[in-house]
Amino acid sequence: MSAAAAETPLIAIVGNPNSGKTTLFNLLTGLKQKVANYPGVTVEKKIGECYSQHGKKLRLIDLPGAYSLNARSPDEAVLRDVLLGRRPETPRPDRVVCVVDSANCERNLYMVSQVLELGLPTILVLNMVDVAEQREWRIDAVKLSEILGVPVVKTNAISGQGLIELKLALSREDISSPKWQNAALPEGVKAALEHSRDALRQAGAIHTRSSLLEPLYLLSDHDPTHYGIADTQIGRIHELRSRMETDFPGWEDALVAERYRRIEEVCALVLKRPDQEIETSTTKLDRILLHPVLGFVNLLLVLGLLFFLIFKVAEGPMGWIEAGFGQLGAWVEGLMSAGDFRDLIVNGVVPGVSGVVIFLPQILILFFFIGIMEDTGYMSRLAFIMDWAMSKVGLNGKSFLPFLSSYACAIPGVMAARTIDSPKDRLITILIAPLASCSARLPVYSLLIGVLFPVGEVGAFVQAGIMLGLYALGTFGAFFFAWVFNKFVMKGSASPMILEMPSYKMPALKSILLQVWQRARMFLVRAGTIILGISILIWAASTYPKTAGDDSAKQMEHSFAGRAGKLIEPAIAPLGYDWKIGIGLIGSFAAREVFNSTMSVVYAVESGDDDNLAPLRDKLAAERRPDGRLVYTPLVCISLLVFYVFAMQCVSTIAIVKRETGSWKWAMFQLGYMTGTAYLLSLLIFQIGSALGY
Amino acid sequence: MPATLAELPVGSSAIVQAMPTGRSCLTRLREMGIVPGTRVSVTRRAPLGEPIEICVRGSHLSMRNHEAAFIAISAA
Repeated sequence: MSAAAAETPLIAIVGNPNSGKTTLFNLLTGLKQKVANYPGVTVEKKIGECYSQHGKKLRLIDLPGAYSLNARSPDEAVLRDVLLGRRPETPRPDRVVCVVDSANCERNLYMVSQVLELGLPTILVLNMVDVAEQREWRIDAVKLSEILGVPVVKTNAISGQGLIELKLALSREDISSPKWQNAALPEGVKAALEHSRDALRQAGAIHTRSSLLEPLYLLSDHDPTHYGIADTQIGRIHELRSRMETDFPGWEDALVAERYRRIEEVCALVLKRPDQEIETSTTKLDRILLHPVLGFVNLLLVLGLLFFLIFKVAEGPMGWIEAGFGQLGAWVEGLMSAGDFRDLIVNGVVPGVSGVVIFLPQILILFFFIGIMEDTGYMSRLAFIMDWAMSKVGLNGKSFLPFLSSYACAIPGVMAARTIDSPKDRLITILIAPLASCSARLPVYSLLIGVLFPVGEVGAFVQAGIMLGLYALGTFGAFFFAWVFNKFVMKGSASPMILEMPSYKMPALKSILLQVWQRARMFLVRAGTIILGISILIWAASTYPKTAGDDSAKQMEHSFAGRAGKLIEPAIAPLGYDWKIGIGLIGSFAAREVFNSTMSVVYAVESGDDDNLAPLRDKLAAERRPDGRLVYTPLVCISLLVFYVFAMQCVSTIAIVKRETGSWKWAMFQLGYMTGTAYLLSLLIFQIGSALGY
Repeated sequence: MPATLAELPVGSSAIVQAMPTGRSCLTRLREMGIVPGTRVSVTRRAPLGEPIEICVRGSHLSMRNHEAAFIAISAA
């Protein structure tokens, strides 16, 4: 850290989810933000800069939203560890801004009371005052400030009301530590925590100057991954925890009740609310949006709109991107003299970059849509409506949207899984997302169905029926594996579904656009580089070693890719495939739809155009083995179709799964289980089918 | 009078009587404001029976019957 940075005070922004904390952070810092991940976990670390009313530079860190410092997910563990100064790469904040949803202040004060206890100079922000007013909740900010011993500012992050007051408070140098004291710990618990503190100090798990709060929160860590706690210490902490549990059964729960007792005392003094709940716009809207029939109809409309946007509206920009890069390639081709280097640029780098950028329209649209749904509060309603169905396979309602998005493309789907707070459900959702038949499978399905049933023979209805069957098969597979992973693979009991239903509010567009941009950038930088690298590798594999002539089919056969196709032939022959199909399968790893263009090269068919599959289809339908039998018998087509439903053949998805799960382990597991299933099912289909004489 | 929150009909309210201790899923519900002595009401139930939406301390939460069944209630 530079000397200048050390002098700039670091201010942490904390609060419950849905308190408008991030909107406030975005409002204060604007574009002056750096977004990264905390090491080894996909929790976003956002640091921004702003200037105080006196022109002094301030650094702000937006910590993950949480309900308590008793962590139960990596997000909450990050909050705990930053506030306690336990993270090596993040200095302990000098001050804290606690953001509270005014219309929910009693519940929000729970974490506030935990944060105040830490003793850092704190500013309390009563946000969303407009919603509180609508409910006729009156909060006496002056009295609250007196009781807690911290400055209290009322704001509305959406209209910008109170922002100047907040900046003035941020500019104050004289903010003292809060005077709020929680009720004293019961003697026995206190003694036990002191003992735990000594033990943890000796083990080097905590700082020598740490207060009793650090052992308290470490012992009550409910995060199944124990993020932020050294592996060597987990056993020790477990041991101390179970001793506490035996000596003082229910000690944690007693502390919670005690905290709420104090909060009730405070609320009795500062909060006036009507005896009967006031009818707000939220209650009125929910009567429609959560209505058993109307709510479901509305949900279908919302999802219909989403599908229209990511399938149809994204199509335009995707076409422009493709055309633009095509022209770029042609332009470079004319500019450079023929040779390997030109070939690398024109056939390796340009299509590689294009293959990354092509995902952007869908990613931008989906994240904008998700941003609106989260910000308005509709996302919780969607999860509420879909929860029952998702619970049948062990997931919860929040998994629904990421999975659904995967029908367009698994990449934004996997990225959208960030909205799921249970780490286990999030991982399972990521693992099954690519089983949703994405739009890249569509051209392959069309081609093979065309070979299977030429249009003339059977109606378009049969073709559509098969297509639908393939989608259903993928969906069934996804639910089946979600159930299996939940039952047998993932450790830990089912995570409870506890969902907050926030008040509806207007979306903060600027804040949403900022987040969309951050997601898109992260995708381009992190996943994009991997995708580009592999695209170039696949180009090289089909270009080298070179043949003398100009025959592209011969070149393909001679290249590493062609040799690899022959190499894997013994493995794929039991599925009914020859080495030429093998090349197509290998090419599909760049993206599934590459199968079609690869097969065009393999069979030297002129047009590999998606819009006109007929020449390739006819060629495939007529293709015979050396012994004169047809290659693409109906059985082979079905086997191949099933293979494409289940196999993980998309390096872009592998790259993004690696990024989102933080390790190659799960990306490789996914590659293995999906491709393994594809192999096994295709094998069964072909072998049983052959034995039955088809 | 229904015995647990899972059985409380939509539109009625009750006082939380007791919750078993030491269960981590219930600890989170406590932290969100459901402690013995708190008034809770059921706002609605999803069409297929769960989850339920409840109102506690002015905030709206939803949960499944599995968790709600641990929360013993008495008449408001």
